[in-house]
Amino acid sequence: MSIPKIIKLVNGEKGNLIRITSLNLDGVMRRRLLDLGFVAGAIVEVIRKSPLGDPIAFRVSQTTIALRKEESSRIEGVLMTDGE
Amino acid sequence: MGNSYRVALAGNPNTGKSTLFNALTGLRQHTGNWAGKTVSLAQGNVLYKDKTFNLIDLPGTYSLFSNSNDEEVARNYIVFEKPDVTVVVLDATSLERNFNLALQVLEMTKNVIICINLIDVAEKQGININERILTNRLGVPVIKISARNKKGFPMLLDTIDRIVTGAIECVPVQTTYPDDIEEQIKNIEPKVSELIGNRLSARWVSLRLLDGDEKLLNEISKRFGQKEGSE
Repeated sequence: MSIPKIIKLVNGEKGNLIRITSLNLDGVMRRRLLDLGFVAGAIVEVIRKSPLGDPIAFRVSQTTIALRKEESSRIEGVLMTDGE
Repeated sequence: MGNSYRVALAGNPNTGKSTLFNALTGLRQHTGNWAGKTVSLAQGNVLYKDKTFNLIDLPGTYSLFSNSNDEEVARNYIVFEKPDVTVVVLDATSLERNFNLALQVLEMTKNVIICINLIDVAEKQGININERILTNRLGVPVIKISARNKKGFPMLLDTIDRIVTGAIECVPVQTTYPDDIEEQIKNIEPKVSELIGNRLSARWVSLRLLDGDEKLLNEISKRFGQKEGSE
């Protein structure tokens, strides 16, 4: 409980709540993700995973957005729940 | 008469821009609940008092940084075509997301109205919005409406009227950036200002340059000619 667990969004499990800490992307894609609400401090919920694990749907500021692993593997955050 | 004014409607997708547009103009522009529905610019007129407001329905976007065609169309219209008033339509149930675009517009242009739509839906969800506090913080009029139920239209039209006649002056709040960015803005803003005069907001263009927005540079040299674009 003491050490915050940092994970990549791509490794989140259904039901996980993740508070974003960093976006390791540049340029237009970074801008686009920021516009969609993937900003540091925002809490993202893993809604569902595709059968093959890609893409993954996230809930971010009241909207569902699906990301491919190219993007979701570059976004990191603190795991807040285990979604049990 | 010459009493015609251009009023642009901007906003995120699905915030009810087209519903508002249709309700005000009496036109039936097709609207639909999917992304990119408003492809080209629809225009329609509203008569109010002795004036004609020419409404322009911009494509719905989350941002105005020209990541896509839609954003470029909307951005170019607001910045280069300079409507007399830009109305930013926000979804009252999702203000956090919607304010991203609103704050961008406040950086780009002066005469802005923040129009909070779907207020009836928000109230049902227990969301209360204090438009007076927002007006004070943002420096531009904030109006609550329900486009579907045609609520709040008199207030909206009256506010547009008072902006174009100069009865209200908008002083949009400017986003302050971290010191290093502000420092760089200070360095280039005077030069930008020299080149573009008061055709665009020098602070906004400076910010776009710092962000490496080449599309905007191209657009500026296309529209303002080559005379100042020769290195």
